[in-house]
Amino acid sequence: MNLELLFQYIVAGITYGTIYAVVAIGFNIIYNATGIINFAQGEFVMLGGMTAVTLSGFLPLPAAILGAVIITMMIGGLVEIVFIRWLKSPSVLRMIIITIGLSIVIREVALHIWGEGVRALPYFSGTSVSSINLWGVFISPQVLWVIGISSVMVFFLSLFFNYTLTGRQMRACAANRDAARLCGINAGNMVTLSFMLSAAIGALGGCIVSPITYVQYDSGTPLAIKGFTVAILGGLGNSTAAVAAGMILGILESFSIWVLPAAYKDVVSITILLAILFIRPSGIFGDAEAARLKEY
Amino acid sequence: MASKYSQIILFSLLIAGIQVLTHVTDSSYHLTQLTMTAYYSLLVIGLCMLIGYAGQISIGHAGFFAIGGYISAFLTTHDFSAQKGLPIVGFLVKTGIMTRRPDLYGGDLLTVHPWTACILAVCTALLIAFVIGGPVLKLRGHYLAMATLGFGIIIYRIVLGTTLLGAADGITDVPAFGLPGGIEVSGKGAGRIANYYIAWGTVVAGMTLLVNLIHSRVGRALTAIHGAEDAADAMGIDTADYKLRIFVLSAGYAALAGVLLTHYNGGIGPSEASVIKSVRYVSIVAIGGMASLWGALIMSLLLNYLSLRGSFGTFDDAVFGAILILIMLFAPEGLLRKQIIGDVKALFGRSAGRGEDQ
Repeated sequence: MNLELLFQYIVAGITYGTIYAVVAIGFNIIYNATGIINFAQGEFVMLGGMTAVTLSGFLPLPAAILGAVIITMMIGGLVEIVFIRWLKSPSVLRMIIITIGLSIVIREVALHIWGEGVRALPYFSGTSVSSINLWGVFISPQVLWVIGISSVMVFFLSLFFNYTLTGRQMRACAANRDAARLCGINAGNMVTLSFMLSAAIGALGGCIVSPITYVQYDSGTPLAIKGFTVAILGGLGNSTAAVAAGMILGILESFSIWVLPAAYKDVVSITILLAILFIRPSGIFGDAEAARLKEY
Repeated sequence: MASKYSQIILFSLLIAGIQVLTHVTDSSYHLTQLTMTAYYSLLVIGLCMLIGYAGQISIGHAGFFAIGGYISAFLTTHDFSAQKGLPIVGFLVKTGIMTRRPDLYGGDLLTVHPWTACILAVCTALLIAFVIGGPVLKLRGHYLAMATLGFGIIIYRIVLGTTLLGAADGITDVPAFGLPGGIEVSGKGAGRIANYYIAWGTVVAGMTLLVNLIHSRVGRALTAIHGAEDAADAMGIDTADYKLRIFVLSAGYAALAGVLLTHYNGGIGPSEASVIKSVRYVSIVAIGGMASLWGALIMSLLLNYLSLRGSFGTFDDAVFGAILILIMLFAPEGLLRKQIIGDVKALFGRSAGRGEDQ
């Protein structure tokens, strides 16, 4: 294998890794706020991509993406208000099953709205064949869009959580909900907000990646499980580590195509998930001591 | 004691009653779907044991079903004639483990005998369940759900991506499964009634085993684990061992269901391994009341039958997703219970109790 091909694989890995990291961050935001894993996270990504494709039929591309993000955000908030908010201290099992049911229903609704067809947004700049020569490696401009927008998103998220009042209130709820409530924070609203935020992030991820990966009514579940792998790899709840973990999984998966048929790509990443769960469920960057205190 | 068996007898009468009804009303074509329903029900009662009694969720049981179905289908359809020269193959032919049979075009096929294939398929599923069960069942809550979901997707991707297993088309032309007495598990019209009773007979046998298990020491240990795992552990119950045993048992039920349905249908496709199937089984267990074998069985009979008849139209999967949400929101203890009115009251009081097991 020559060096150029190696770089091509790495670039492809980083592109996919970025989107896994985006899904993982969505998982983390809801997990931090509620302690539950939203199994419908991948469906937000799919909804974002699908809605943007439809809107782009009669709106300019940036407006279509913005519209898709807002619509998905509303759906995310609605899901929380209708299905989650009024449950008083539900068990983990119950929440798992409800969010799995939601993912199936969202997927089936999408199937009835958009059909089985594969869709994609146009490339943000250039076409599917245009490429940029970067030190001898040819990469699609869309790859730069994916990495660029995701980086900006992660940057603004950390600003939001560290420097805005709402962001800090959300973190307070994550740390100790009862204490936050005693300080006058409306914990219920923070949970709704976390669903909206994570839906919006997922939708944006779905939009920027759709020119490369395409989007289909059932593309949510594989994304969800890979996003979860990344979230676990980085330690559940730790979004900075999730970015690094996303790159690792993306690159591993990209190199797996070199050894195994592409049809087994998912098998590789899920085997990694199982291996982490069996050996070190706190994640490679996580703290085993801290993880023991969390409720799985 | 008496009530335990009287329920089984009552259920057997119901099954016989349905057959008589279809005979009288001259609508025996319903029996085909009812036979398929029986095999899915076999999986569902095994899964109910795991979720409801051992308290361990699995969103990957379609994987075990597919392991059973695919191994049996592959061994009974793959032509081993090319390996004829190998001494091991000669030995297998001599002992009757491998048999010759004509294919559709009059050619000669050397395949594994269905009985051997069935035993191998179920044993492989048991072995896989045993190997992955150890580490998987150490996980709880989200991690357990994701791990079993992951297992299901791995199996799905493997059967979908392997050309030897027919990739997206699956395996077809699976031969009939001969039983003593000249009857066989197959979809042929003549054996329709016999197959109906074979299928439901298997379910009743499986049910009898599980009902006895619940009323034994194992069952009491499981109840203790379900109530409070740490407390059960402290009482000296080997919780890990009991959970593993039930996991392996339920995988065996799923694999046997897969084998028999594959021979009945004459084929199997990758959709049998899909996540949506696994979710569907979980939703049937949930609507039956989680820890209620009879609830799960009755709901499986009803919902699988309606689904196979196409009553839900294009909303088939959505119906099961919606059932899952509605049951978990409003009746986490299932629909079939003794004190429904009390539960409705309790629902408005506080969120129900038995759901809080994790």
